[in-house]
Amino acid sequence: MTTLEAAADAARDNLAALESEAIHIFREVAGEFDRPVILFSGGKDSTLLLHLAIKAFWPAPVPFPLLHVDTGHNFDEVIAFRDHVVEKYGLRLVVASVQDYIDDGRLAERADGTRNPLQTQPLLDAIADNKFDAVFGGGRRDEERARAKERIFSLRSAFGQWDPRRQRPELWNLYNGRHRPGEHVRVFPLSNFTEADVWNYIAREQVELPSIYYAHKRKVYSRDGMWLTEGPWGGPRDDEEVHELMVRYRTVGDGSCTGAVESTASTVDEVIAEVQASRLTERGATRADDRMSEAAMEDRKREGYF
Amino acid sequence: MSSLLRLATAGSVDDGKSTLVGRLLYDTKSVLADQLDAIERASVDKGMTTPDLSLLVDGLRSEREQGITIDVAYRYFATPNRSFVLADTPGHVQYTRNTVTGASTAQLGVLLVDARNGVVEQTRRHAAVLAMLGVPRLVLAVNKVDLIDYDEAAFTVIAKEFAAHATSLGYAEGTVLAVPVSALQGDNVATKSENTPWYSGPTLLEHLEEVPVAPDPHEAPFRMPVQYVIRPRTSEYPDYRGYAGQIAAGTVRPGDEVVVLPQGLKSTVQSVDTADGSLDEAGTGKSITVVLSDNLDITRGDVIAAADNAPKVTDEFTAALCWLSSKQLEPGARVLVKQGTRTVQAMVEELNARFDEQTLSIVDAPEKLELNEIGNVSLRLAEQLPVDDYTVSPRTGAFIVIDPKDGDTLAAGLVGHRFSQLKGVTEPEDA
Repeated sequence: MTTLEAAADAARDNLAALESEAIHIFREVAGEFDRPVILFSGGKDSTLLLHLAIKAFWPAPVPFPLLHVDTGHNFDEVIAFRDHVVEKYGLRLVVASVQDYIDDGRLAERADGTRNPLQTQPLLDAIADNKFDAVFGGGRRDEERARAKERIFSLRSAFGQWDPRRQRPELWNLYNGRHRPGEHVRVFPLSNFTEADVWNYIAREQVELPSIYYAHKRKVYSRDGMWLTEGPWGGPRDDEEVHELMVRYRTVGDGSCTGAVESTASTVDEVIAEVQASRLTERGATRADDRMSEAAMEDRKREGYF
Repeated sequence: MSSLLRLATAGSVDDGKSTLVGRLLYDTKSVLADQLDAIERASVDKGMTTPDLSLLVDGLRSEREQGITIDVAYRYFATPNRSFVLADTPGHVQYTRNTVTGASTAQLGVLLVDARNGVVEQTRRHAAVLAMLGVPRLVLAVNKVDLIDYDEAAFTVIAKEFAAHATSLGYAEGTVLAVPVSALQGDNVATKSENTPWYSGPTLLEHLEEVPVAPDPHEAPFRMPVQYVIRPRTSEYPDYRGYAGQIAAGTVRPGDEVVVLPQGLKSTVQSVDTADGSLDEAGTGKSITVVLSDNLDITRGDVIAAADNAPKVTDEFTAALCWLSSKQLEPGARVLVKQGTRTVQAMVEELNARFDEQTLSIVDAPEKLELNEIGNVSLRLAEQLPVDDYTVSPRTGAFIVIDPKDGDTLAAGLVGHRFSQLKGVTEPEDA
């Protein structure tokens, strides 16, 4: 066997192990919880999550609905993709709208126009209103330091809050999903995937993604060192010059704070090559919200964010 | 050869474990420019002249403020031939709790010592816990060799002392390796050091890349706890009924004779299904859906097992418990036991013994078990469970103990384990 073949073999084996682990987690939740839901944004991690859920229950349909926390700052391609997926698999979609909260005064627009931090309240309300007791998220431990300590089953208080000191030890594959009324559990089946694993798995499984993950021409302007796209979220300002560039997105979040990267990668294989060569993490490269402070993610997690 | 190695690290305070893990990430290029920028900025703020690699892994604010690691953190790095999932377990507070958590899924344990101090009490305790959990291989990273001037004699003394301890815990020759490293300077972590010409072994990373992972227990009899019954009732699959689960031990093929426990119903495997099609064979760790040739009443919590080598079904057993809660355990306690996919009520009838890690000896009939203590107990269950001895089939011999009042996880349990793996330890005669 050549070195290359051995490496390819190793990669397949690794993805198979990660897939079996994620499927096991989906089935545990289906067996132990009354009202699970999959958090679905149309981004690559949540799309992968749904793909694994479909495999876990095949040939039966996925026994959970989807929940989208809609910031109102969307990429059209992503919303179209979301609706396409919902229809294709005959799923039920629950939408929690940040715009509704701003319109009726329950939330106020931030000075910087960023809506990612505003997602927490609509998310927690949707969980409480629908009595969801398990919420699947696409979070991965390789994303960020505070996430590295996240459990696969992460207990949240009745206020949706994460207390690192109350997290339970997680032993073998014996997950403890016990919770009191009003509490819920966040579940992360992709915990042990890395960004490279996600892309390699997407390639192997030929998972369909929104088109903006691949290189396309887009009008963008530079702010805080990131390429942001024009949109109703306030940009560009007069002093910000608009350029038309070949770009793609490494993550998809709120349009006001998700940056594009210059790229010519228009296929999965080209994206994989680009990710391998990149010297920036996906969040560092493209998420203004995670740059706000050293402990930005830890603080938002404590408040109930993902 | 498996391409995914799960490992756990453990060490005492100030042994430089975070720096070693940071070094592994750094030297395998698993640290990207923005992360490096962030730690460089933070290091300058703290008045340091070189980047503090431990900042890469100390995740929570309270940890960074105190300069300590509180909780088990998972790290990922890869070389072309292997991917690594590293459970980084802190050494000082609640060490058993964290080490047990990190080691429960580990195929290899890396223990860290400070070359100036050598093997200390905590090293012995960590090794004992890893041995009990059946972690198949150990590496002793003798760190800070730069601070003992790369002294071969001092390293050899430490390596020999540790090898003797590992042997007493039941580790065979060839399953334990000592490596002289400096996490700070990078010696023998990913690159062979010129400062230790007397050391002919592999670097730490070479060893992690090449070490054989314990082979899947193919000889072990088939075990699969049923997680979920898949019944589509669609026009395409009107009568499909499959039992979904992850194989806990052994392999399964269509045509295999199986028994469903605790009922004791026998049947034959009709097909082994996945969303990618039916399989000719599936092995340990694979998530599958089993279709049987008979229409039986099977639900979540049941176990499908090889008919000719089934686990025993019982409502009482003895087990080792690693007590992970600050609430103490006393005889007569009512708890929940989650084993496989079933959770049952149970009572702790007797505390038979406590393992004293300080002296590596057994204390008979203790009055209670406290946080971080390891004991042997007799459990009585409200229902019959199919159980294996942990040393024979870890995934069907493992269980967790849950507090029925608030749902907390109280303990990790190992069925049948009577400290017998801990050679050199005398068992109480009547246990």
